[in-house]
Amino acid sequence: MANLKVTLSGWELDNPVIASSGTYGYGLLFTDIYDVNILGSFSLKGTTYEPRFGNPQPRSAECEYGVLSSIGLQNPGIDAVMSEELPKLRRHYRKRVFANVCGSSVEEYACVASRFDESEQVGIIEVNLSCPNVKEGGMNFGSDPAMAARVTGEVKKAVSKPVYVKLSSGVTDIVSIAVACEQAGADGLCMVNTMPGIRIDLRTRKPVLGTKTGGYSSPAMLPISERMVFQAYEAVSVPIIGMCGVSTARDVLEMMMAGASAVQIGSANLLNPRICKEIIDALPAEMEEYGINSLSEIIGSAH
Amino acid sequence: MIQGLYRIRENIPAAQGVYKMVLEGDTSAICAPGQFVNIRLDGFYTRRPISVCDYDSESITLMYKLAGEGTQYMSRLGRGCELDVLTGLGNGFDTSKSGPRPLLVGGGVGSAPLYGLCRALLSQGKRPAAVMGFKRAGEAMLTEEFFALGTEAYVTTEDGSMGEKGFVTDAMKAVEYTYLYVCGPSAMLRAVDAVALTDGQFSFEARMGCGFGACMSCSCKTRFGSKRICKDGPVFERKEILWQT
Repeated sequence: MANLKVTLSGWELDNPVIASSGTYGYGLLFTDIYDVNILGSFSLKGTTYEPRFGNPQPRSAECEYGVLSSIGLQNPGIDAVMSEELPKLRRHYRKRVFANVCGSSVEEYACVASRFDESEQVGIIEVNLSCPNVKEGGMNFGSDPAMAARVTGEVKKAVSKPVYVKLSSGVTDIVSIAVACEQAGADGLCMVNTMPGIRIDLRTRKPVLGTKTGGYSSPAMLPISERMVFQAYEAVSVPIIGMCGVSTARDVLEMMMAGASAVQIGSANLLNPRICKEIIDALPAEMEEYGINSLSEIIGSAH
Repeated sequence: MIQGLYRIRENIPAAQGVYKMVLEGDTSAICAPGQFVNIRLDGFYTRRPISVCDYDSESITLMYKLAGEGTQYMSRLGRGCELDVLTGLGNGFDTSKSGPRPLLVGGGVGSAPLYGLCRALLSQGKRPAAVMGFKRAGEAMLTEEFFALGTEAYVTTEDGSMGEKGFVTDAMKAVEYTYLYVCGPSAMLRAVDAVALTDGQFSFEARMGCGFGACMSCSCKTRFGSKRICKDGPVFERKEILWQT
């Protein structure tokens, strides 16, 4: 029988399929469609210290092969997530989640992470580096190895749970950032966030999105995110979670062969809310097709 | 919410630039008039949200405007085609607040969900009236259907080619009502709000990512905090709406 189990920092997941932050709400929206307990896990909507309304409209633009979006971390703030969302989730979801942490300063990241660290429902703290550093010029924390390392280090100091750092994709040298995060204490990496992009409205001659640029997600991103995972795998020894463009069971196998220990499914959930279940259901047959008994044996096999 | 395969029973022009589509399949997730469905189309990444005009135990009637490439593609689909559709989306209209004499105000294809609402109100023994506004006679839709329900119904067109010349807000003056139900383009919603004499419910359109509340693409500000048009709406009570300046 096919063994789908994978292990992330000592946490054994039933399968490597994790629904991405920002595409899965707090999990409950999908309970009409399938039992969400079949997931490996899922990642909560990115959470900041204060509630945030998010970016001006329009926030999404359809593209030929995907969607460009700029939500702006809309969330109710850490207090409401801890006191309302997590207790509600407990009634439907027995497993632990990834807690996606955002901030506009290093201190905010550490503070939000330390609150999530108190919850037994949280398995892994996921640090989203694709937030602007408001105090220091507004550049994304994920765009610079030194800044990425500083956030990682401060969050590590603030928590006892494993810290996985979600890297930004629009950078010149992702490997140097991956290495910097590992050296700063990251227990794992999530690679990668959506790719920065823009669409122009031909009628108005202006950008479609209210924030001009947004993050592009698409099955067409798979070769690019997979390449980044492949490169990082050779440079770091912590587990990598592969993401951005994963939308079939075969994509999961490819991503794992490139070096991922698990995968995240993102915007595919928005198009097809049943996608995670379909992928999990399809994995055993695909594994058999390619002579795989246990998923953990293929991690990094392409190297 | 249900995600299922629905078979096209009918897909025909209903007015200039508007098609009527009847889908067969599981309608058990639909619980109120004014809800919508979200349709996956081959070759298009995001689904197309379309409000439900009417439904019964085995079919859903949609009226949709040809607004872009997606709906153009949809209009070319033939009888018997199967579509992946999410049904039972959004809150829909709350008929319990209508009082005995609600007024339904629709603009263009926004009249579609008001038809199912009108039937629901009639079945509850209420006496709804309807005002429907269109640009011109060729774009008018559902007028015969409303008349056939026996409802007092008024039609306005901007060019006077059918009914009264003018806007829905002109025709509203002639009707006494206990409550309002409004669906149409945003400028019309706002104009109706400006002359409204009672409480009411307004149905909003939005650019949606998922249609079921996950992506936060269609969030808007209300007097009671931020809400998702797809999940907390598309129908909002007049007293909670913050009109965009």
